[in-house]
Amino acid sequence: MIIDPVTLIVALITISTPVLLAALGELVVEKAGVLNLGVEGMMIMGAVCGFIVANLTGSPTLAFLAGMAGAAALSAVFAILTQFLMSNQVATGLALTLFGLGLAALLGVGYEGQPIPDVAKPLPEMLRTIPVIGPILLSHDLVTYIAIFAVFAIWYVLKHTRLGLVIRAVGESHDAAHALGYKVIRIRFAAILFGGAMAGLGGAFLSVVYVENWVQGMTAGAGWIALALVVFAAWKPGRVLFGAWLFGGIAALQLRLQAAEIGVPVALLDASPYLVTIIVLVIMSSDRARTALNAPAALGKTFHATG
Amino acid sequence: MKRTTTLLTGVALATGLAGAAIADSHDPFQVGFIYVGPTGDFGWTYEHDQGRLAVEEAYGDQVETVYLENVPEGADAERAITTMILGGADMIFTTSFGYMEATNAVAAQFPDVLFEHATGYLREHPNVSTYSARFYEGRAVLGHIAGHMTESNTIGYIASFPIPEVIRGINSAYLHARAVNPDVEMRVVWVYTWFDPAVEADAAQALIDAGVDVLMQHTDSTAPQAVAQEAGIISFGQASDMAQFAPAPRVASIIDNWAPYYIERVGQAIEGTWEQADTWDGIGPGMVEIGEMTETIPAEVRESAQAMIDAIAAGEYHPFTGPINRQDGTAWLAEGEVADDGTLAGMDFYVEGITGEIPN
Repeated sequence: MIIDPVTLIVALITISTPVLLAALGELVVEKAGVLNLGVEGMMIMGAVCGFIVANLTGSPTLAFLAGMAGAAALSAVFAILTQFLMSNQVATGLALTLFGLGLAALLGVGYEGQPIPDVAKPLPEMLRTIPVIGPILLSHDLVTYIAIFAVFAIWYVLKHTRLGLVIRAVGESHDAAHALGYKVIRIRFAAILFGGAMAGLGGAFLSVVYVENWVQGMTAGAGWIALALVVFAAWKPGRVLFGAWLFGGIAALQLRLQAAEIGVPVALLDASPYLVTIIVLVIMSSDRARTALNAPAALGKTFHATG
Repeated sequence: MKRTTTLLTGVALATGLAGAAIADSHDPFQVGFIYVGPTGDFGWTYEHDQGRLAVEEAYGDQVETVYLENVPEGADAERAITTMILGGADMIFTTSFGYMEATNAVAAQFPDVLFEHATGYLREHPNVSTYSARFYEGRAVLGHIAGHMTESNTIGYIASFPIPEVIRGINSAYLHARAVNPDVEMRVVWVYTWFDPAVEADAAQALIDAGVDVLMQHTDSTAPQAVAQEAGIISFGQASDMAQFAPAPRVASIIDNWAPYYIERVGQAIEGTWEQADTWDGIGPGMVEIGEMTETIPAEVRESAQAMIDAIAAGEYHPFTGPINRQDGTAWLAEGEVADDGTLAGMDFYVEGITGEIPN
């Protein structure tokens, strides 16, 4: 038996959507010079808030907004701690993940297995029956299209707009940006909230669309993969998309190889995204000039306005 | 050897009495549960937690229960169990296979605490008992239904880890599907997790894309049910009834009913009559139940499945009755021969007819 490439591609696009959203959000945060390791915690907050609102209101739109708002609220805690109270970003980010997992578990008590509305696909059923193009391009959920649109939007904004320039300036040298009169802390705060909202949308997609259930710990490490993706992609939105599809593709492929009873070492395939990430990191760090070009120079550094 | 056994029993009795003494010194008797997933998984852990609640109900003020969810299997579990004991637990149920070494390691340090480890086989210390359910009896019934229901003659199976318990279930389901449908094929996908809704959903989708129209799972979440529902195929509840997906895709289920065992063992511990044991109960004693078979299944199939349930419960039928060959074609069970518990407990091979390979 052979593997149907069409269903494989459809599956990998769906599988990669939550991670793609979270990674895009984190990319903007890191471009602004902030390292937020709390992606996992924000995703799970998005998942639980989205699910609860979907259950209570029956509206997928409200559910996605709630997922974004819930995760953004959690990221605001991180923003206040790191931007105003100057706490260490790495430690605060890790704490945010633990806090988010616990808080989400608490909020979600009693919601496991509760009914939620089906999320309608944006394009008419008829289009999906077109061979090859239909399933691959026209069969997805709205959130998946939003994620792919966001890749281009973020690329454009960062590369070609004044706003993007300001964000990058803050991320490269907060002192220089400050000297130019930009509100470093305000810009970083907004970037962190944006990152939270994106992670939350990814989480809500997972619970409301993909799994259609709330279960504790359901993100199961997706947030960490998103963080790895940003580094893997060298802080470039296009490469984030490529990386997300590559990682999702490997996950989808290994399951299909098993289902087709093609003998491949499953453990090796499963580990390959992480191996690829390590290899990319090694290659990147071997070339100092290139690393310096890609990683925001002020990444993870606390900004303290002086003078 | 015999003397050793007697000695061990003696120690077990003494430990039991010691346990009782502790219970008197600080009423109520505290029972701890270590869970591999969340209590709200509506699968494996949910049923263990139902057992815990049944213990509370049965003994009221005499007992106090505590539990820890999402405890990773492996070394970290040791810390979780120890913490629970230091918090005052007199008896601990560790409810996943992967806690086996940790349970025995902690049991060595706390000889006065009683341990009950689910689905394992290691009882290195007199204060460790093991218990499991003969899930393969339930799998036989589901396999029978699956063999009748499949139209593509392909059954999908989401497997967790390649351990005997899981392999046994696959073999049992396959044998009974093939018995009613000689053309049936079984596609197995190993996900290497007990509980990861997203991965379970991915695996379900991969199997559906490969052409299966009946889905079985040996993982703990309901995510595959949701995928089956969307694809319009049928599925079976696992570990818990998963009745929220009835009447379709979930057409029947295996329910693990731990409550009677938990009540019995906690009662013995309180009275001081607890002894080391290796319990392996099935449909007969009620540790394994088959959830309601829905109208989606044709009436005559429901009847034949019920007949099988009754025969297994009465001890008239054993799901592994020869002739059965191993996957490589060598003979395992001769005509009419019934598998012994030792071979079943360590089963590491597929039966003849399954085309995949067990990963190592």
